[in-house]
Amino acid sequence: MTMATKGMPAEDTATDLPRLLPVNGQQPQDWHAHTARHGRIPYREAPGRLIADIQQAGLTGRGGAAFPVHRKLGAVLEAADARRRNPVVIANGAESEPASDKDATLLWLAPHLVLDGLQLAAEAVNAEEAILYTHADRRDDVGKRLQQAIAERRAVGSDRVPVELAEAPPRFLSGQETALINHLGGGPAIPTFVPPRVTERGLAGAPTLVQNVETLAHLALIARRGPRWFRQVGTAAEPGSMLCTIRRSDGMPRIAEVPLGMPLRDLLGPAGSDGAVLIGGYHGTWAPAAEAVKLTLDSHALGAVGARVGAGILITLPPDRCGLAETARIVRYLALESAGQCGPCLNGLPRIAAALAELAGARPRRQARADIERWAGLVTGRGACHHPDGTARFVRSALITFAAELDRHERGRCSATNTRPFLPIPRGSARTEEDWL
Amino acid sequence: MLENVSGINSSTALWYASRATGVVALVLMTAVVLLGLTVTRQGRLPGLPRFAVTGLHRNLSLVAVVFVGLHVLTAVADSYVNIPLTAVIVPLASPYERLWIGLGAVSLDITVAVIVTSLLRRHLSRRLWRAVHLLAYLSWPVAWLHSISSSRDMLHSWMFLLAAGCALAVVGGVGWRLAAAARDVPRAQRVGVLMSAVHDRAALRDRLTGRDTPAARDRRPPTDTLAGQTRTNRR
Amino acid sequence: MSEKLLVNPIECEGHGACAELLPELIALDEWGYPIVDGRPVPPALERDARAAVSACPTLALRLLRS
Repeated sequence: MTMATKGMPAEDTATDLPRLLPVNGQQPQDWHAHTARHGRIPYREAPGRLIADIQQAGLTGRGGAAFPVHRKLGAVLEAADARRRNPVVIANGAESEPASDKDATLLWLAPHLVLDGLQLAAEAVNAEEAILYTHADRRDDVGKRLQQAIAERRAVGSDRVPVELAEAPPRFLSGQETALINHLGGGPAIPTFVPPRVTERGLAGAPTLVQNVETLAHLALIARRGPRWFRQVGTAAEPGSMLCTIRRSDGMPRIAEVPLGMPLRDLLGPAGSDGAVLIGGYHGTWAPAAEAVKLTLDSHALGAVGARVGAGILITLPPDRCGLAETARIVRYLALESAGQCGPCLNGLPRIAAALAELAGARPRRQARADIERWAGLVTGRGACHHPDGTARFVRSALITFAAELDRHERGRCSATNTRPFLPIPRGSARTEEDWL
Repeated sequence: MLENVSGINSSTALWYASRATGVVALVLMTAVVLLGLTVTRQGRLPGLPRFAVTGLHRNLSLVAVVFVGLHVLTAVADSYVNIPLTAVIVPLASPYERLWIGLGAVSLDITVAVIVTSLLRRHLSRRLWRAVHLLAYLSWPVAWLHSISSSRDMLHSWMFLLAAGCALAVVGGVGWRLAAAARDVPRAQRVGVLMSAVHDRAALRDRLTGRDTPAARDRRPPTDTLAGQTRTNRR
Repeated sequence: MSEKLLVNPIECEGHGACAELLPELIALDEWGYPIVDGRPVPPALERDARAAVSACPTLALRLLRS
């Protein structure tokens, strides 16, 4: 289990961090530890009451899209009233991005915060059904931990809405909102077309609220401490704290809870000016380390290199690796994880992957780079989900950040001295329909 | 042909009109089925734009329905034989030649359902529309059986050739469509197939242009399996 | 009341009828799939847009009121 340790920002009494993660950093919080630190769930006793606090707090989703939480809650409550149907609330802990580990860590260390948030969100939208969705590969640790936590809560009678645990198949798309709902409805974990929005019509046709598990944990604390407390850290436009998955040159993932707006230099540690940083995971953006260390962890600042905070994944590529080779490996994985439903994605991603493999090799054709640019443009915005868009963004940023490396490859050289793969990719790819179920 | 009928009067004229429109309807329905098969396989008609296939399929089906309507009305109006109006849509309600008229009624019922659901397609669920449309595959053979059993004439001369030709065309068309569908790649395998094809093409191109040196191959990330490339450090 | 064209990429199979009937707003990419101009449909093209929506064999093309 990844721990908040070693060179990561330690407990900060001035800003009361960490908030979500346990203060001692390592110990999973059982019911007693949880209530000793945070108190019991502050139910509001009526739907909708919590939403104003969430709006004032400015809480945005921590799953990557950063959508304002109060707007989602409001939309689901409104749809539930209009259609006279009880909504469903889903805590999204699928974390299907291979480089991310913060959700699993949160569920391991502080499951009761997430479960509190789930209950409060269910109350806010008048839901009678709650589901906690976790990655199938984490069944043995996180899954068991959650079963324990739910049993503890049942024993003390703290929950008003029954919580069902469900597993996501190990596919990159399985955490996507519509794919998740498709899967919970008995189908494969592949996206469906929007409209209708899931807040309007989702699981079994009911208005559905899907929130990342970290978002729900923040919600649970805002309900107790209030919006002004939440805004004590972070920036005015992007308030609060967030969990980050940080991988430095040794490749080990570290989880840290940090305030938004924190300088990246403090998070990334010593990074050579030749290195590169990947901000936002495999749908994120490459940037030269020399530029990245000047930035802060907020989407406003990161926009300077075309990046966004996303789900807080920060990876430093060691200078002895070839960024083009790593990118080619990842894009091959991303292409194989396409649902294969939409013509542009199905056709474009494999071609981009093959052309990148060529760029990663010696003396690539001139045409390969132009092809990639054209295909990246063709796939963006033309799928049912943002898989092609994210992949195109990742690819384009690689071509910019590793332009010098590309020049070297065109002359038959490579600056890398280590060909060992660095960025993590899960084993195995989907071959049959069962792999998506 | 006329010698087989004792006495010609206006009612027999209606009867002949019914049979004539019936023949035209059968031919048109055959064409509609063939066009429908072409649409699903994204086939093109030589010299015609893409939308012509769908357009012809739809327009011709409406023309066919008109002829079916005339066929039915003239048969009911004709006083030589007694076919009540209800028998047109309720199978086996006709005391006269119950079976083959019943077949006609079944075919007509299905055809009307297909046409109505298609006209209202935008307001219906995709699944419902598709389920009803698939019944057209039942409607045609039933109509064909209705045709050949409706009259002794069908078994002689050019009528027989026409019926046989239509049957051959539809059977051949459906066979072609099923064979083509069997070659379709299931969704979960599509991207894998495309990846192999694209990488094979790239490898072939490299071989043909002499760029596929062992050093180049070593530099490239392996394209066979993802297993063993790296472990996610999750613990 | 403006209308915008939208294609459901999951249903779309690349028949291409839409691009033939409305070339001003729909082009086909190198794989045969439609690239749809998402701006409001000019009134002069509204009839053609409706024809294109109707011509789609999979009903993937839609005209949405915005």
